[in-house]
Amino acid sequence: MSELNTPGTAVPLEQSPIAPKPPGRIRQALDSDIVYSYTRSPVTIIASIIALLLILMAVFAPLIAPYNPFNPASLNLMDGFTPPNSTSFSGNYFALGTDHQGRDVLSTIMYGLRVSLFVGALATLFAMAIGISLGLAAGYNGGTLDAVIMRIADIQLSFPAILIALLIFGIARGLIPPSQQEGAAVWVLIVAIGLSNWAQFARTVRGATMVERQKDYVSAARIMGVHPIVILVRHVLPNVMGPVLVIATIGLALAIIEEATLSFLGVGVPPTQPSLGTLIRIGQQFLFSGEWWILLFPAITLILLALSVNLLGDWLRDALNPKLR
Amino acid sequence: MSAPLLDVRHLSRRFDVSKPWLNRVIERIPRVHVRAVDDVSFEIAKGETFALVGESGSGKSTIARLIVGLLKPSDGEIIFDGKSLARGLKGAEARRLRRRFQMIFQDPFASLNPRWRVTEIVAEPLKVFNTHKSDRERRKRVGELLSLVGLSPEDGAKFPHQFSGGQRQRVAIARALAANPEFIVCDEPTSALDVSVQAQILNLMKDLQAEFGLTYVFISHNLSVVRHMANRIGVLYLGRLVEVAPSHDLFARPQHPYTRMLLDAVPDVEMTGRRRKKVEGEIPSPLNPPSGCAFNPRCPFANERCRIEVPALKPWRGQPVACHGIEEGRIPDGPAQPIASVTAP
Amino acid sequence: MAEPVLSVKNLTVQFPTRRGVLTAVDDISFDIMAGEVLGVVGESGAGKSMTGAAVIGLIEPPGRISGGEIRLKGERIDNIAPDAMRAIRGRRIGMIFQDPLTSLNPLYRISQQIIETIRTHLHVGEAEARKRAIKLLDDVGIPDAARRIDDYPHQFSGGMRQRVVIALALCAEPDLVIADEPTTALDVSVQAQIIDVMKELCRERNAAIMLVTHDMGVIAETADRVAVMYAGRLAEIGPVRDVIKNAFHPYTQGLMGSIPSLTTDLDRLLQIPGSMPRLSAIPKGCPFNPRCPKVFDRCRIERPDADPVAPDRRVACWLYPEVTPA
Repeated sequence: MSELNTPGTAVPLEQSPIAPKPPGRIRQALDSDIVYSYTRSPVTIIASIIALLLILMAVFAPLIAPYNPFNPASLNLMDGFTPPNSTSFSGNYFALGTDHQGRDVLSTIMYGLRVSLFVGALATLFAMAIGISLGLAAGYNGGTLDAVIMRIADIQLSFPAILIALLIFGIARGLIPPSQQEGAAVWVLIVAIGLSNWAQFARTVRGATMVERQKDYVSAARIMGVHPIVILVRHVLPNVMGPVLVIATIGLALAIIEEATLSFLGVGVPPTQPSLGTLIRIGQQFLFSGEWWILLFPAITLILLALSVNLLGDWLRDALNPKLR
Repeated sequence: MSAPLLDVRHLSRRFDVSKPWLNRVIERIPRVHVRAVDDVSFEIAKGETFALVGESGSGKSTIARLIVGLLKPSDGEIIFDGKSLARGLKGAEARRLRRRFQMIFQDPFASLNPRWRVTEIVAEPLKVFNTHKSDRERRKRVGELLSLVGLSPEDGAKFPHQFSGGQRQRVAIARALAANPEFIVCDEPTSALDVSVQAQILNLMKDLQAEFGLTYVFISHNLSVVRHMANRIGVLYLGRLVEVAPSHDLFARPQHPYTRMLLDAVPDVEMTGRRRKKVEGEIPSPLNPPSGCAFNPRCPFANERCRIEVPALKPWRGQPVACHGIEEGRIPDGPAQPIASVTAP
Repeated sequence: MAEPVLSVKNLTVQFPTRRGVLTAVDDISFDIMAGEVLGVVGESGAGKSMTGAAVIGLIEPPGRISGGEIRLKGERIDNIAPDAMRAIRGRRIGMIFQDPLTSLNPLYRISQQIIETIRTHLHVGEAEARKRAIKLLDDVGIPDAARRIDDYPHQFSGGMRQRVVIALALCAEPDLVIADEPTTALDVSVQAQIIDVMKELCRERNAAIMLVTHDMGVIAETADRVAVMYAGRLAEIGPVRDVIKNAFHPYTQGLMGSIPSLTTDLDRLLQIPGSMPRLSAIPKGCPFNPRCPKVFDRCRIERPDADPVAPDRRVACWLYPEVTPA
């Protein structure tokens, strides 16, 4: 404790001498309520392990996938429709079987996960960026700007996200020359899904911003004449990120499913670069002819991915909600 | 008296509390305004503590926010050291003026950003006003400031939630002092604190005032705190000043019937058995204030004139009072309060 | 000696948390007689509200009464079934909280709420209950009670609402009223009126009051005896005038000295250094010892109990030798 050099008389420190020493940064983090609630929730632990495994599979697919399903040279049409856990005509072993073109289902799932996660994550980030900026602006300024932004959000929220995404996708198709469509498809998909999901973020951020801007730490900054944009970024934004993280996690699960739906409908990523949705679309053609594995394994993967991310989001929401502690 | 540091002239502020546009159109109701502050004038000299005291709806916090520029006045002027603040400040001049005044807030839990470390919080004015250019200089200054308010420089590494209410208010005071202001608006700085902590903060504020020659506007609903802190006191009722007097006089010889009632309402914690009248009535809704003098429905001396004509603040024995009864001499002097002028050892 | 209305003996309330068990109320004892107002005063974290909550059986889990006993007119109420406790609350113990809206249901008229309470607890007819309710509202100072009884809570001002709550607390003619910061949310001029009403009505009805507040002024105006709490313990208990004019415990002395005076000019207020310890870090020995100006060795090791030191006064402080009452 420092020397007291308060003018006049000494104002003693308001600290009880037996107060424990504050723990180090890492110990403090491990001791936090979030970590505590994590260790107390087996469902969350399982969900996070599954999500982590799936993400690792996606990231390291080129290294760990048994085959490269997109290298035409390695494909053998004779290997088509090999059932799971069996050796094919050409003597190759396929744990989850092959599809009609002889592509290894396990490998296509790994590569499909890559596309699904990439599109989902970027679309969510894009939605977050738009939603946070508009939400901050609406919540801090209020008035007409707020009314306009929130009415647009209301209108958009009254349509299903998939419909909005289809609409944007359709418009983009019309604008992009056919020769570039295949290369741009993933980016169009990201923009379409992102634009269909910003409103949730905007609403939440706006509400939280309206609460924060009433608080006196914002008043203190305003009295000093700090620029509103600096106030928003440095003061308000860090304090509204809690709920945003929750929606972002749940939003990621939704974006992945949305991408899968679009791809299933055939308007998503091109078949040369299949995502989980594309794989399911391919698989469903063979379901009734007995080749169930082509559909089943990608579908299970999609469910596991969406469910585990969603459960993580649910847990995060509860862990960050002080009322439930 | 030399030129005042702060001169508030005919300050008014209305709030629009109308229903939304659609409701107004459909239900055919007009816009509704509340006069939160109505034609308030006062001056504050350098180095003094001027207190504004009042109950809920008196407009005291609104005046605080008007002075520091968080709200724009509907009417009137706020002149700080000869320059008008109400007209909106621009550029370098604004920066120079803003540096000279600061505010301390009621709730020390809301007035510190929970995501910032104390060092960042206290250093914010240093950065904004660019008084300390390098990070090292700023850290040094923050250390000084934290010691000044009775915390330790090492506390700078902590977050606000690691402190008690009183300690947080110390951090808020350190931030207010950082850029060497002359003038501090204190909006109920101790009403969220326990009494023993309140005593610490009040003592600290007095010490700092003596050391740096600070001028305070001290806003509170607590009469004994106001008496302890202020040189002069303005009593507010429903947005209007009803009486302004030096602290000692206000308590010894309250003039306005509302001031008298307010003094009678304060619990006698010292159990001196001072004579008190029973308090009656409630504060009317600011949405629908009584005509004439706002206090007339509760005033034992009210007559027809009080119900019609709004009394202006006029000097009475040298002190401004807004009361027809006092002006006409029909209200007797209140009983002198038994005030023992004992100075602390 | 007459039997006390409320008798609390060695009450202890604990909260198990993941960092250990916190003791919010630690071994406190007091009695309240019929017609008496006991003020329980303390700063935030002193355990005063928790004591009130324990008496009415409303401690939020995981908190629980882990020791001692509470008797209402000789009958234990700390270990009875929740149903039985619910019947006692409202009937034999009335409650007044800081926010009147926690006691009033916004969806029902005042008449419905008071009449229903009267009829649940006293066996009278609808018309009789209504008559009583109007009389009661009149008594608590609601003008034009016969008409206003059919209003909704939101149609009353804050002060009037608190009067309604007082009427509601008293309508079943309880033996004991627990008032937890009943005037804290109100303006000074309204506060004075509410204090008067509460005091007068309870005296008329010979009900005992436990008045929990942080405001020494309210205590001075209202209470007959006062219990000063610090860090979950009883620091001092005795007649109000004695405690205020001649406090024994150094904490009470500091508390009284830190209140700015309305009649005396002081340059500085007396201040107690430091702040109330957190429940997780209550010092060994006397919990006040790190802040006490008169601390000596024994205070740091041994914990003082609130023992009688003068007629009708108990103090938990080693400065005062225990006096066995003759």
